[in-house]
Amino acid sequence: MTEATRTGPMLAADGTPLKRSLQRALRAQKLRALMLIAPLLAFILVTFVAPIADMLFRSVENQIVSDTLPRTAQAIRGWDHNSGEPPGDDVLAAFTIDMIAAVERKQHTRLGTRLNYEQNGLSSLFRKTGRGVADIGETYRDQFAALDPAWKDAGIWANLFADPSWRADHDAWEAARAAARTAGRPFAEPVPAFRLNDDLADVLPETADAYLDFARAVQGNRNGDPAARAPWPPVYLALYRDLTAIGVGRIATLDAEAQALLDPAHYAVRSFERADLAAIYRDIDRAWGQPTVWATIQTFSPAYTPGYFLTAVDLKQTPDGIVSQPADQKIYIMLFQRTLVMSLAIMAACVLLGYPIAFLLANLPLRTSNLLLILVLLPFWTSLLVRTSAWKVLLQQQGVINDILVWIGIVDNAGRLILINNQTGTIIAMTHILLPFMILPLYSVMKTIPPSYVRAAKSLGATNWTAFWRVYFPQSVPGIGAGCILVFILAIGYYITPELVGGTSGTFISNRIAYHISSSLNWGLAAALGTILLAVVLALYWTYDRLVGIDKVNLG
Amino acid sequence: MTIRGLLSATALVALPVAAMAQDLPPCENCANSMTVVSWGGAYQTSQIKAYAEPYAAMTGVSFTWDESSNEAVAKLRAMNEAGNITWDLVDVEGPDSQRLCDEGLAMEVDIDEILAAGDDGSTPREDFADSVVNDCYIPQIVFSTTFGYRTNVAEWEGRTPDNLCALFDLENFPGKRSLEKRPKKNIEWALLCDGVEKDDLYDVLSTQEGVERALAKLDTIKSETIWWSAGAETPQRLADGEVVMGSTYNGRLFSVIVEQNQPVDMLWDWQVFDFDGWIIPEGLPEDRLNRVLHFLHFATDTQRLADQAKYISYGPARASSQPLVSTHADLGVEMAPHMPTNPENQKNYLVNNIEWWADNQDDVEARFQAWLAQ
Repeated sequence: MTEATRTGPMLAADGTPLKRSLQRALRAQKLRALMLIAPLLAFILVTFVAPIADMLFRSVENQIVSDTLPRTAQAIRGWDHNSGEPPGDDVLAAFTIDMIAAVERKQHTRLGTRLNYEQNGLSSLFRKTGRGVADIGETYRDQFAALDPAWKDAGIWANLFADPSWRADHDAWEAARAAARTAGRPFAEPVPAFRLNDDLADVLPETADAYLDFARAVQGNRNGDPAARAPWPPVYLALYRDLTAIGVGRIATLDAEAQALLDPAHYAVRSFERADLAAIYRDIDRAWGQPTVWATIQTFSPAYTPGYFLTAVDLKQTPDGIVSQPADQKIYIMLFQRTLVMSLAIMAACVLLGYPIAFLLANLPLRTSNLLLILVLLPFWTSLLVRTSAWKVLLQQQGVINDILVWIGIVDNAGRLILINNQTGTIIAMTHILLPFMILPLYSVMKTIPPSYVRAAKSLGATNWTAFWRVYFPQSVPGIGAGCILVFILAIGYYITPELVGGTSGTFISNRIAYHISSSLNWGLAAALGTILLAVVLALYWTYDRLVGIDKVNLG
Repeated sequence: MTIRGLLSATALVALPVAAMAQDLPPCENCANSMTVVSWGGAYQTSQIKAYAEPYAAMTGVSFTWDESSNEAVAKLRAMNEAGNITWDLVDVEGPDSQRLCDEGLAMEVDIDEILAAGDDGSTPREDFADSVVNDCYIPQIVFSTTFGYRTNVAEWEGRTPDNLCALFDLENFPGKRSLEKRPKKNIEWALLCDGVEKDDLYDVLSTQEGVERALAKLDTIKSETIWWSAGAETPQRLADGEVVMGSTYNGRLFSVIVEQNQPVDMLWDWQVFDFDGWIIPEGLPEDRLNRVLHFLHFATDTQRLADQAKYISYGPARASSQPLVSTHADLGVEMAPHMPTNPENQKNYLVNNIEWWADNQDDVEARFQAWLAQ
């Protein structure tokens, strides 16, 4: 062997470096393994991981405010919520257009529900405002119409604001419809999607923007024709605002047709009677006259919010920063603590009760132990609800256990024990339900411990206790670890048993999550609570791994 | 014609003359099956017997029943987000219909246009009156939450409760109570027994101290209260002697008292009315929507709503149905006295203010849960 080959890379038979050749072989192997699990992996990703990730994502998602009120969210940024005054006309006008568009899409009540999580009363406020907002701008509509009846004509509006290419498409569509009608054929062709005239949008930005929303809403709602419906009154408000804001020179850049319509209007708006937006909103509901509602909208206008997470830990996001919830409404931290403490108690009870049974199972002759195993598994196969209801019959004050205790004379009739609808009930019922999850891993680990070890210890002079504690027990620890992890993780997310036997003091955080998912519909908060619960479980798992080592866990 | 269409056509031909006498207008461009969502149990059975079976016999439409009303709002929201509405008609309570309507998940309907006029000639809106709680709702029945009590409690020394406030009277009526683990209804009852007038209830509740005042009243019986979360719990506890009085739905008490003959009686005082009705999910394809509207026209007419009372002790939401209420289908008991809407039972009653609860639910619920945990 030469010096060069000794220090150079080791080569395989075909001359490639051995390392690379090995990697290639391994990669092929890994790929094959991956291909084998691919169907399951894809299935789990699609049906399990993705929905959970999507659900958890809702805990920070808050697009609904900026999607429903895009102009308001923009306009309200500059407003100072500490000014003591509600925002000015710019914000109110933006809000009016946003609201009418939202009402048309039936989004405003949804937004009201969302914002009601942050401030009571907004749900009905938005519902009420939705009913009144369509009238805002009517004064301007009437004044424009008085000036020139053309302003009430749907076709003229569409012509003014549409791109010439859309007008051509629309004319063709109308011709096709007329032809179909005379021929008696059905006509289901949709109206061409509205396109805005960019020149006009430069000159009259607010109006064009509002009109575009109007046209889209009309088209979206059972495929209407924007050229057949006069715009919403709030669009006239936008027109008024645009015309009062621009100089006459801007209109001169437009085509003759538009000039003929806009020039007189531009001249006339100066003498128009003004509508007092602030007063109109105060009339709809006096809440709009106060800064608090606006401050809530401002605070929750960003697309992502920490609000749900803050609520989940008994804090609250306000315009002035994060504050603590009022003391009499704090429940979540307490529920998290209770869930953890009770799950640990249930886990401990399962170890204490499960260990001797598993020991017996592992050490009795096969025939007896099989019978015992069936007794362990029988309740395991019984419906969860049946078992929980059975516990109700047993534990209630007029139930079997109390009756027996009274009959024996251990407790007297007036002092019957309260064993259900409190934490005791939850711990008893859940320990029973989760016990098989402790016994089975313990049993399978104990089965593998050779009896000769204990015999050897005893032959060397160990007492029964020493032989058990120093020799047998350490070998069964992996089973305890596995059982504990199983029981604890199942317990922490348990929902139906605490709901039925837990009363008020024995319910878990999962009961609140279920409440927010199916009753209050506050999915954001439910997602935040769920995320925290998941994080707690992962943190505990990690701690367990650091302290005991997850490789020591043995499911048998 | 599809196979299904053929089948339903032959079914029509084969129908007995009696069923044909009921002239149902033809349904054009309609789906031949419906997925209807309800609560399961005796209530769903009453709907099947009173509306669905007669309708199926006349039209050959096949029904699929889904017992998901309990989580209808959450599921409809999920379906809407997924863009796949599999339900045609959903039975929900009043507050849920408000939520669905607010979220745009339920279709707005004009009941005067789509429903049949009352037998007495009244328009649907007049006939249904207060039960039309919003623009999406098509009411069916009125049920109430009220109180049952045991009739053989020794400590009561022969006294029987004759009004709601016996609930708060531990001196004369000692023993455990069973109340719902929710603030709704409980805080209204507490205030009524604390001397608030019915008309002022929600004004008082809207003040800072209102909810606290109600909780303070509930504090007086808190140690004697077991809380329920499922409607079946109070009847079970009453029957087992676990509690001496408790709130639950009137239909549940009917079955404990009349069907099972337990030593239990009930109070109608300050019963809280609630409505159960249909909503149509938003975004149904045209043929399914036509079928739903055709079915609803039939299923909510005066006779059908009266028929339903044969199977369950919930009152028809139409005023014109009241005189037609007859006897229980199996027991032969006269049903009218067991109806929440019976004038005799209606002397004192409450209707939850849905709007107030929509606004304040979150805070009051959090406050109530914190109070329970104290």
